[in-house]
Amino acid sequence: MWGKLSLQAIPLDQPIPLVSGAAVIVALGALLIWITVKGYVPYLWREWITSVDHKRIGIMYFVLGLVMLLRGFIDALMMRSQQALAFHAAGYLPPEHYDQIFSAHGTIMIFFVAMPLVIGLMNFVVPLQLGVRDVAFPTLNSVGLWLTAAGALLVNVSLVVGEFARVGWLPFPPLSELTYSPGVGVDYYLWSLQISGIGTLMTGINMVTTILKMRAPGMSYMRMPIFCWTSLASSLLIVAAFPILTATLAMLLLDRYADFHFFTNAAGGNPMMFMNLIWAWGHPEVYILILPAFGVFSEVVATFSGKSLFGRRSMIIATMAICILSFSVWLHHFFTMGAGGDVNGFFGIASMIIAVPTGVKIFNWLFTMYGGRIRFDSAMLWAVGFMVTFVIGGMTGVLLASPAADFMLHNSLFLVAHFHNTIIGGVVFGVFAGYTYWFPKAFGFRLNEALGKAAFWCWLVGFYVAFMPLYVLGLEGMTRRMQHYDRPEWHPWVLVAGVGALIILGGIVLQIAQLVSSIRNRERLREPTGDPWNARTLEWATASPPPAFNFAVLPTVTSEEPYWDSKSRAREAGRWVSEEPRYQPIEMPRNSATGFVTAFFAVVTGFSLIWHIWWLVIVGLVGAYVTFVFFAWRDIAETEISAEEVARLDRANREARAAAFAPQALP
Amino acid sequence: MRRRAREISIVTGQKGARRIPRPVRWSLIAATAALSGCHLAVLSPAGPVAAGDRIILLDSAAIMLVIGIPTIVATVAFAWWFRASNARARYLPSFAYSGRLELIVWSIPALVVFFLGGIAWISAHTLDPAQPLESSVRPLELDVVSLDWKWLFIYPEQSVASVNRLVVPAGVPLHLRVTSASVFNVFFVPQLGSEIYSMYGMATQLNLQADHPGVYFGLSAQFSGDGFPGMSFNVDALPPVQFDQWVAATRAAGSALNGASYQKLLEQSANVRPYTYREVQPGLFDAIVRQKLPPGHGPGPLTATGEPARSDR
Repeated sequence: MWGKLSLQAIPLDQPIPLVSGAAVIVALGALLIWITVKGYVPYLWREWITSVDHKRIGIMYFVLGLVMLLRGFIDALMMRSQQALAFHAAGYLPPEHYDQIFSAHGTIMIFFVAMPLVIGLMNFVVPLQLGVRDVAFPTLNSVGLWLTAAGALLVNVSLVVGEFARVGWLPFPPLSELTYSPGVGVDYYLWSLQISGIGTLMTGINMVTTILKMRAPGMSYMRMPIFCWTSLASSLLIVAAFPILTATLAMLLLDRYADFHFFTNAAGGNPMMFMNLIWAWGHPEVYILILPAFGVFSEVVATFSGKSLFGRRSMIIATMAICILSFSVWLHHFFTMGAGGDVNGFFGIASMIIAVPTGVKIFNWLFTMYGGRIRFDSAMLWAVGFMVTFVIGGMTGVLLASPAADFMLHNSLFLVAHFHNTIIGGVVFGVFAGYTYWFPKAFGFRLNEALGKAAFWCWLVGFYVAFMPLYVLGLEGMTRRMQHYDRPEWHPWVLVAGVGALIILGGIVLQIAQLVSSIRNRERLREPTGDPWNARTLEWATASPPPAFNFAVLPTVTSEEPYWDSKSRAREAGRWVSEEPRYQPIEMPRNSATGFVTAFFAVVTGFSLIWHIWWLVIVGLVGAYVTFVFFAWRDIAETEISAEEVARLDRANREARAAAFAPQALP
Repeated sequence: MRRRAREISIVTGQKGARRIPRPVRWSLIAATAALSGCHLAVLSPAGPVAAGDRIILLDSAAIMLVIGIPTIVATVAFAWWFRASNARARYLPSFAYSGRLELIVWSIPALVVFFLGGIAWISAHTLDPAQPLESSVRPLELDVVSLDWKWLFIYPEQSVASVNRLVVPAGVPLHLRVTSASVFNVFFVPQLGSEIYSMYGMATQLNLQADHPGVYFGLSAQFSGDGFPGMSFNVDALPPVQFDQWVAATRAAGSALNGASYQKLLEQSANVRPYTYREVQPGLFDAIVRQKLPPGHGPGPLTATGEPARSDR
């Protein structure tokens, strides 16, 4: 009846996952009870869970990413503390647990932290920057969000029911095959990623369509903000790369479930093929993450320098060059498999070539700052911190791209330091810059600056203290994923790295404090104009938070920085608010529970596949299909917002702006 | 130090190496020396391959630092000078394009990459792990097998074998064929040089040499399961005479490695203390590579037919 699932699946003999799992369940239960008692359920259901508004979905993606960041970071602390204790000793985590921790850390941080954070930003910002009302497929957007959340939920269920993968964040066969990993851990990994991967692909398709087909009148490609360009490049990469991931993981699933031999040791399987396929997705994936971060920095540096971005065209060319080149470098992940000089040399050079457009971007930000009037709000601090840190990460990356150097550093902690240098120094800093920058747009009040700056410094210092020692450890020959070790020269650096992780913890605590304090003091931090940073792109032309329809009248774009130019014209004319337009009723997509219900059935399907509960698999699949049919046969797809309502909301914003700007000249 | 650098550039055939400005090179070497207080195994070569890899590493780092450091300095300097509160800084709001600067901005990284790419291409060939080392001495043949979770070193010419300890003659080139009897691993001795994957059904090739007698630590650099951290081993480089004595002593003691004892070796075990086999069944390594011998069966028990069980669920 219940397949392989029995009470033995709950790890009663392992106190750490059991206690932490119980704590999470109690906390979640308490939260649910509180929400129900307070009567928030209808509000949450109506305004958030069933919402197909790209802004709400973007915020929910972001919340998912932040919550999972805490989970992934706890894993990181456990790894650091285990290694600090495991010199000539067993430490407190046995191998079968430690191996789950680092596998979960990588999986969570890439798929359920970095991806949701980046996609959340894209979802929230892109339609606003394009000057349109929503994404191309609003309900699909909601389905994508909830499927990602379904994957995240399954990963967390593995904490208390069964186990997670013990094979690393990418399940390399033959280790991940049934012979060597007979437990359910790898199945949890595979089904979580299959479900969330479909969600990500949907988002990619949605973003590409939105950007290519739905720009405001007059917004030609060359007039698109850079963040939209990088989002386009990133989404194109999602569309091109995620099917490879899905297919690769599907082959491994066939091996594990149906006795196929794609990657097995036995019967002619070829595990090396898995390496090729997974990295054919895996390398574009890092650019999927970093390109939107580059976009954030382009917006932030231009805004806070009070200048247009230097070398716009270069920036666009560099972005698209990275987009294309990222598919030609995957082999540098396994130079040490003995491919020979020609193959290694080719992929080494190809990998280095990506450094050219990336270097151009750094120089362009540099010259954007040149001649600027730089305001060091915390968003700009993240940007400057990024530029310094990312140059180091880029250099070590080019170093690793040289096959002969990689022969000594492959899989070492030098490599671990390198990719954390680019992911933390690039993606995470970019996401936090974007978070600080767009938060007032999303909620109508700013974040506490002092706590934000303190958090930035903790992250920056913590990053260096945590990861510079890892470079040294790599040069000392230490490899990744060691549950214990006995080289005395490694131990002091491991301890230093642990201190760095604690400093980063300080940064995270400060960020939580910042959020709580800002919400409590929101009236004081209120930002009525919708343009707190004197910014340049269209999202700042509407109210904060923007109305559901984003713009009362779609803006007409005549230049690269339409909002900045309209402000300049207003300043010259000495008249802040333009003439009131004629308001029209606006059609918006209706809320839909499709995404949430589909994801519910996806969780049921995934869970029952993991535990071989075949009847429940059928229930889940039928349920998901029925949900789809139900949605497809809907009678009314849109609701109308009346012209009066549009006028009321728009006039409120115009009055607030007039009140804020009238007494003073614009800067 | 300088003498060694020249030796190395002969090894790598690396002409580009000499073009690095001398101050940069010296400061790098100084930095290396400062860090070598902490045993940077990767930068303390004990053989020509590690020395060759190291020089590529250091040269590439030096070339990049030449533009990396000015970029970092400029970032901080621009950010500081053009702060809004600095009245002396000129405000140039319309400075958003300069063809000349764009040319420089594209050509600097392009030239650096062109230069680094050349070094990468040449060294990818000269330091290719399969490339035999130039030496007047005939290389010692070694067959390396990774198992769950230990290393088996077979000396086919001497017909002895050793587990978790590799004894080699110093000053003699080593030709290693590397395979796996179960999952992927990476054979890595940081002070001797390049890593290479061990994979079931395939034999990768690696050429190394220990120039001087000494003990060099080795490990697996690819996670391979719960027993992975115990896959460390020592390489004992002995003077050739002592190596011959070791072979003779090994032949005189221990058990023989044949089909039966190999099956025992296939079973999962971790943190295995080093021991030796006095005799090795000829062709054992080839039988593993050609998949005549079944792969390790993981944690599951063997079935009655001797095949690994598909699942212990």
